[in-house]
Amino acid sequence: MDSPFLSMNAIRKSFGHVKALEDAQFHLAKGEVHALLGVNGAGKSTLIKILSGVYEQDEGDILLDGKNIRLRSPKAAKDHGIYCVYQEVDTAIVSELSVAENIMLDTIATGKNVFVSMTKMYEEARKALKQLQVETIDVQEPAFKLTLAEKQLVLIARALVSSAKIIIFDEPTAPLSLHESTKLFSVINKLKAQGVGCIFISHRLPEVFEISDWITVMRDGKLVQTFQTENADAEKIIEAMLGASFNHEQVDRSWEIGKNLLDVKEISDDQKLKNLTFTVSEGEIVGIVGLVGAGKTELAKALFGAEPLKKGTISLSGNSLHMKHPKDAIRAGMALIPEERRKEGLFVLESLQTNASFPNLKKFSSFLFMQKKAEKSFAKEIIGRLQIKANSTETPLVHLSGGNQQKVVIGKWTSRDSKVYLFDEPTKGVDIGAKADIFKLIRELAESGKGCLYFSSEIHEAIGISDRILVMYNGQFVKEFSREEATQERILLYASGGKEG
Amino acid sequence: MQAVEKKDNLKERSIQFLFKYGAIALLFVIILYFSSISEAFFTYSNFTDILRSISIVTLLALGVTFTLVVGGFDLSVGSTMSLSTVVTASLMVWYEMPLWLVLILPILIGALVGLLNSFLIVVIGIPDLLATLSVMYIVAGFHRTYTEGYSIYNNMPLTSGSTAPGQLSEAFLWIGQGRMLGLPIPVWIMLVMVLFAYVVLHHTRWGRVLYMTGGNAEAATLSGVNIRKVKCAAYIISGIFASMAGILFTARVGSGQIDAGAPLLMEAVAAVFVGYSVLGAGKPNAIGTFFGAAVIGILLNGLTILNLPYFAFDIIKGSVLVLALAVTYIYSKKRFSQT
Repeated sequence: MDSPFLSMNAIRKSFGHVKALEDAQFHLAKGEVHALLGVNGAGKSTLIKILSGVYEQDEGDILLDGKNIRLRSPKAAKDHGIYCVYQEVDTAIVSELSVAENIMLDTIATGKNVFVSMTKMYEEARKALKQLQVETIDVQEPAFKLTLAEKQLVLIARALVSSAKIIIFDEPTAPLSLHESTKLFSVINKLKAQGVGCIFISHRLPEVFEISDWITVMRDGKLVQTFQTENADAEKIIEAMLGASFNHEQVDRSWEIGKNLLDVKEISDDQKLKNLTFTVSEGEIVGIVGLVGAGKTELAKALFGAEPLKKGTISLSGNSLHMKHPKDAIRAGMALIPEERRKEGLFVLESLQTNASFPNLKKFSSFLFMQKKAEKSFAKEIIGRLQIKANSTETPLVHLSGGNQQKVVIGKWTSRDSKVYLFDEPTKGVDIGAKADIFKLIRELAESGKGCLYFSSEIHEAIGISDRILVMYNGQFVKEFSREEATQERILLYASGGKEG
Repeated sequence: MQAVEKKDNLKERSIQFLFKYGAIALLFVIILYFSSISEAFFTYSNFTDILRSISIVTLLALGVTFTLVVGGFDLSVGSTMSLSTVVTASLMVWYEMPLWLVLILPILIGALVGLLNSFLIVVIGIPDLLATLSVMYIVAGFHRTYTEGYSIYNNMPLTSGSTAPGQLSEAFLWIGQGRMLGLPIPVWIMLVMVLFAYVVLHHTRWGRVLYMTGGNAEAATLSGVNIRKVKCAAYIISGIFASMAGILFTARVGSGQIDAGAPLLMEAVAAVFVGYSVLGAGKPNAIGTFFGAAVIGILLNGLTILNLPYFAFDIIKGSVLVLALAVTYIYSKKRFSQT
């Protein structure tokens, strides 16, 4: 890496008061694969978005081939030969157009010719696919017939025909099968041989070791360390990602864990979830930790009857459940605090009291008629009990902060006296003060004998709250830790697909 | 800096004000204006006339309100009303059926149209507007085929050469032409239905479920609502309201006019959207819909008094709809930008 082709120096970027990048650096040479690692919020995606022209940096330089460049738009980045293959390939593919048209899309869009010669286009598209040695894709097929992996290849070919010099791969393997990933890696190696610089972002360490030449670790918006892959080992990298070990507060448990409540045996959905078996007892908080894309949300939704399961059994207090719809799960005594609070958990334009009573309208109505007094007093009760900051029970939830909204989502289930609570990333987008309140609430629920499942990618938070932690990787549980054994390093190692020893 | 904020604030507040009270203010302006230019306008008999004239549109609009509440839209109400109109008349004139069947069968047919709509939307997955647009044409075609393109009236000649055996009965015509306690019967029916829709939408568990389904279908599902059933119910209710409008229309005119409902679709939709913002509701609601129908009814009544040619009325109706939509969408854009 003597003469970097691309240098990003002293990059700073803030969003409002939040500093996403502070003095970030990144260097890339031609013909190398450089992995970029970091935990959630480390600043990887901000850095990548700056490089691909989505955001502009507040301060700092980007040097390409020794020249200072400004990337004011995605188009500007493309003009400099910087292309990005996003994880959501479908956002970049026009599914009605043919493969060839998709490959040539940028050229057509910026070209000056009014007429487009199809034969010429097919020819050029074929040439690009040949360069990647994936001639099996028919350039005349419409793009919607392609598999996800093939669409990715089309995007790579698109970058290639525009003579890309740098291609960014943002978690490209997350949706791919093992076989497809292997194929993608051989394509990346071809690109490398042709002198293209590749930036590879992934949560999966084994892949990173397989494909990359260099590994750069980011933390808190800064570059922490760059490793040469040959000489790096997984534990060192994990250490760099986490920084100084947290001293998570160990909270004394004054309550006992009771009898078995939720019993899940070998459930699979034939897509993401593979053979998951676990139990939750009364008063127990079980953490399910995995990185983005590990299948946590899928599991939470499946347990709640919102996604179909193909195999396995779920039983609650000894009764086996057959859930076709969330209403079956709710009747059985489950409560879901979903990850996408605003999209899945709340009616943001409605009042606090309307939201709070919704899961149990029967309780707040007599015959068919709503008893607004009962609703109001319940809303008041949860405002007091959960310390929700709201002017009145009539306040629309739009006006509440993320943390207070989340408390409403939790509080609304308490009217049903649910037995098992599923918390899917409950601290996402919540400020620190409210986080502490939410942890306290979860502990109180457990203390009153509820079973809690805590799905999270924030490892230190999960360690702080859980009695046991199941580590999820690629739809499977790869390791179980007791509260005493769990450390951030060990969990992250397993969550990234690594193993100890 | 502060001045700018103040100005923004003022702008913000005036938009809020316009949204909440704009429709009511508009109504007052219209009433004042027409009262000042015509003595015949501000009289009891003219007001009962207006109420009677809006009774049919209001029923249609209440149906549309239910579908809008669940986040859908029913364009087929006009032709469902047409179908119900000719079926009602034919049951009496052609088949001499007893009154109770004459009232029940069209309502069943309306419910069936609603079922067809919800099958296309919920099971097949066609977007609401397109599905109900297609059904609108299918139903319109059915009603014309059924009558072979003719309107149905007492003693009409039949294709067989004889005349129709039955008649629209006195009891039936009373529904459309009678009076009770100083108000025409259609006005009573309308008021009862508005009250019914209001109570269902705002004071029952069902209403809550309907609004939440429209507000955030995903969150409603995860709260245990079967949104497919809820949507289906809304379209069936809409079909029933449309067929009631058809029955009322037959009783009012005393014959089964062909294409009776088609021109009313537009007024019904406009009524719902004028009502959307009444008193800052910010969502489709029963009282607002009644209010919207009244605004349009008064406007059309006044224009008739002014002797504006009827073929120009669509310009006014269209403009009212555009205005209501503009207010609604500007406001909802504001509300969402806050979130």
